[in-house]
Amino acid sequence: MTSGFLYGAIAFWLAAWAINEWLVRIRTKDHTLQRIIRLAVPLLFGTSILVLWEGIVRGFNIPSVLLPPPSMIWTRLINSLPTLWADFRQTFLKSVITGYIMGCGLGFLVAIAIDRSPFLQKGLLPLGNFVSALPVVGVAPIMVMWFGFDWQSKVAVVVIMTFFPMLVNTVSGLAAASSMEKDLMRTYAASWFQTLIKLRLPAAWPFIFNALKINSTLALIGAIVAEFFGTPIVGMGFRISTEVGRMNVDMVWAEIAVAAVAGSAFYGIVALVERAVTFWHPSVRGGQTS
Amino acid sequence: MTMREKFLPVLSIVLAIVAIWYVAAVYLNAPFERDTAARAGTTITFSEIVPKTMFQERPVLPAPHQVIAEIWDTTVNKPITSKRSLVYHAWITLSATLVGFGIGTVLGILLAIGIVHNRAMDRSLMPWVIASQTIPILAIAPMIIVVLNAIGISGLLPKALISTYLSFFPIVVGMVKGLRSPEQIQLDLMHTYNASSAQTFWKLRWPASMPYLFTSLKVAIAISLVGAIVGELPTGAVAGLGARLLAGSYYGQTVQIWSALFMAAALAAVLVVIVGAAHTAVLKRMGARP
Repeated sequence: MTSGFLYGAIAFWLAAWAINEWLVRIRTKDHTLQRIIRLAVPLLFGTSILVLWEGIVRGFNIPSVLLPPPSMIWTRLINSLPTLWADFRQTFLKSVITGYIMGCGLGFLVAIAIDRSPFLQKGLLPLGNFVSALPVVGVAPIMVMWFGFDWQSKVAVVVIMTFFPMLVNTVSGLAAASSMEKDLMRTYAASWFQTLIKLRLPAAWPFIFNALKINSTLALIGAIVAEFFGTPIVGMGFRISTEVGRMNVDMVWAEIAVAAVAGSAFYGIVALVERAVTFWHPSVRGGQTS
Repeated sequence: MTMREKFLPVLSIVLAIVAIWYVAAVYLNAPFERDTAARAGTTITFSEIVPKTMFQERPVLPAPHQVIAEIWDTTVNKPITSKRSLVYHAWITLSATLVGFGIGTVLGILLAIGIVHNRAMDRSLMPWVIASQTIPILAIAPMIIVVLNAIGISGLLPKALISTYLSFFPIVVGMVKGLRSPEQIQLDLMHTYNASSAQTFWKLRWPASMPYLFTSLKVAIAISLVGAIVGELPTGAVAGLGARLLAGSYYGQTVQIWSALFMAAALAAVLVVIVGAAHTAVLKRMGARP
């Protein structure tokens, strides 16, 4: 009986693989069909992974403490929506969003502020690059000590983590406009501010959005890890670390699923805004067809 | 650019940070001294407070020289095998980082080779690899540690697995880009030579991917270290830099937290520099002109 699950799952997986091999070989002029195929292939692959997971867990009777099957995680997710929502609100809406806006905003403003001082730029840029390679989450215990257990300390961690990528990217973005274009602005007798608004900021958007995308992931990681160091009895990081201690692994997976969806949605929204703002950029213009 | 032009700005910014740090240390630590004085029933002048804030046992913000003294004390004055030696803890974290980084690199390169040579794998796997980067992967860390602990695997391997997981994705993405970087005209040349696909791989694709590989390796090694440190948090690990952070935050030993943080930063810097040096050496062997 149990091995039936396993064979069924493997058969499904092989079938999905075969269909995918067939799908990617289809050549068609129809753009809608092409698009559907592009979407269907990864979706089918994802589904087959889930089915294989379910089959292996049931087929080999793996204890759910080790690895719960997807169906069990789903049931758990549906049954504990209020808890998950409270955690989501604490971690995502309060810590991540606030910290993200403050960190990115601060990085952007500092980059603009040091724009007219090459000396400060030369000093801050190498430092910013250096800090990006450091394990910045390590400041979490200090922030928890300074700002208390609640979401304020998580905001502080997120601000520190997001500040430097934003600073470095904005500074290099502001340098992206070519000297030819800047000369043109000078012939128009444009002021520094006008050049900034009309030429250099638009040219910097791809860089700024790059930082915004990197930061969307970093912010969520920072908030969750900071909660490992102390938090009130709500929050995604708190739930993960306590439920792991109680061996409620299905609840942990449910929380991870929420975090994954939230993280991807956050990233997706930023990417969508990027497409709208930098519609002129080759990577967006070419993105439709290639 | 001369050395002077390069280092003067960085040096002055660093000095400014140190100066701000000292001022902040005085400002943040002063309330404690005033409280102590008030409790003793005496008043204390500002000039008396300042020297005292520099040498508190558990300062809110330790002064830089306190941190440096602590690092010196725990690296040079303690035998390396001692549990109080920072070198010992750094080594524990470093070994997990390197093992995880090694496995992650090999896995990532193999997967990238598969993706480049198989259309179905490319279409079905690549979207998930990219989507997985938007997920706060570190949230899974405590579960991996605890679950592997439950089935009797503890110590270095679980932490290394987290590092593997983190370092794996940048390498896949970078290597896929790198292995695809040869232009059509170069591939056509290989074709006219009647080169087999293995020959094309070793003589064209592999060498062409080297710059991309090393750029990813730099990101991967930094994130591996973060993974190893975070991996030490959830179990209340006894050794490693993450354990030092956690213990420091439990007992309010701020000097210990800061010294662990500085050690982690130094470790990250050294690792990135080593990868960078390997990058230059490999490019030089391949005949690239600087």
